[in-house]
Amino acid sequence: MRVLIPSALHSYTTQSWVEAEGNTVREVFDDLERQFPGIRFRMIDEQGRIRRHIRLFHQREMVFDLATPLPADGELLIVQALSGG
Amino acid sequence: MSTQETKQGQLVLLVATRKGAWLYHTDATRHSWRVDGPHFLGQIIHHLVLDPRDGRTLLAAAKTGHLGPTIFRSTNLGKTWQEAAKPPAFGPAVNGLAASAVDHTFWLTPGHADEPEVWYAGTSPQGLFRSEDGGMNWAPFSYVNDDPQYRQWFGTVQDGTPDGPKLHSIIVDPRDAQHLYFAMSGGGVHESLDGGQSFTPLVDGMEVVEGFDPTDVSFHDPHRVSLCPSNPDRLYQQNHCGIYRLERPGRRWTRIGRNMPKEVGDIGFPIVVHPHDDNTAWVFPMDGTEVWPRTSPGGHPAVYATHDGGETWQRHSNGMPAEQAWWTVKRQAMAADRQATVGLYFGTTSGELWKSSDEGQQWECLARHLPEIYSVEVGYPR
Repeated sequence: MRVLIPSALHSYTTQSWVEAEGNTVREVFDDLERQFPGIRFRMIDEQGRIRRHIRLFHQREMVFDLATPLPADGELLIVQALSGG
Repeated sequence: MSTQETKQGQLVLLVATRKGAWLYHTDATRHSWRVDGPHFLGQIIHHLVLDPRDGRTLLAAAKTGHLGPTIFRSTNLGKTWQEAAKPPAFGPAVNGLAASAVDHTFWLTPGHADEPEVWYAGTSPQGLFRSEDGGMNWAPFSYVNDDPQYRQWFGTVQDGTPDGPKLHSIIVDPRDAQHLYFAMSGGGVHESLDGGQSFTPLVDGMEVVEGFDPTDVSFHDPHRVSLCPSNPDRLYQQNHCGIYRLERPGRRWTRIGRNMPKEVGDIGFPIVVHPHDDNTAWVFPMDGTEVWPRTSPGGHPAVYATHDGGETWQRHSNGMPAEQAWWTVKRQAMAADRQATVGLYFGTTSGELWKSSDEGQQWECLARHLPEIYSVEVGYPR
């Protein structure tokens, strides 16, 4: 599936859209980590929680659970909710 | 530091800020400086440290906006950086305690000279970590992260500093790799004599905010602890409640800040020890009255020095603004080099970097308009 990577993580992927495999959000993140070592921990903490300002969207719906199933031909959008100054 | 190194020594100031890092290179004369940066522009860099054991390995504790924390490593003074394969991260919940997640790595300490690949890290919330491969892979160290008693001493997020409670001032006794200290804001000062298998609090004599119980370790808020390289049995401490000195093997801190001028007080963040003289230390006092502005008292910034172990203190502000300068210098943002006549450096939260080439007698601004400065360290590249 196609995954949109936020600009803050382009240092890992060098591009906005990447391909990753997996039947769930968790598996897609595992594949991202395999391809781009270190990227998962920047978005998911060591207790498996999505970090506070990371937002995941699938079919225009926000995803809160890493166990959410994903169709192989779908798109996962990873967005960083920027705040601060 | 050998005399030969001092003569040859290229020196680099490592400046970590809320929005990136800068390196200021000079030679042993410290007359001209070359800036290299920004590195990691826009990333929060809490600490940037050059390994004194090899003069090459540079570690940066980074957090990018709202992304998770990591460590970057360079072995060519920042020309290229490699991310840690496994940054500091807590383990799964144990002992019935809540699971923790590292918000940021706050502190980096190179290990003992006999353990050349070992580094220690302190995090927010409080956690103690160790790497045995030069900073690439990190694991929780000792038992303190998941110990019910230590968890109680950690307190809650509300007890810590505005951007989270911190474990800092990790110190390795240069005579003994097994002899370790660390401090926590909040949570006191702690010591291990057995390489971290056990730690005990070292808070006797330290005062706490009025109305709180000084026998409760969780109420103690050391801001910075420094060990004298010329006498590892002597430690100095800048605390939320005063300036202290400790003579080992004694266990009771003496509040030497009582000897500071009353109108200045003895509140501050950093304390810097002289590399060759254990009677000399420097502090940067801040206003700890009423609502705690944490700025230079009266808007008159100054470094205060003691040359007799804290019996007397002298004000040093030549070259600094005489008035209307409301500076804050954070606990990691003041450092000394190891030259024969020691150079001192500090960075302000308003983004100014100041230096003295004569142990604080005269001060000069080295850089301004930087982001908020979090830490200033001195390194000797080889």
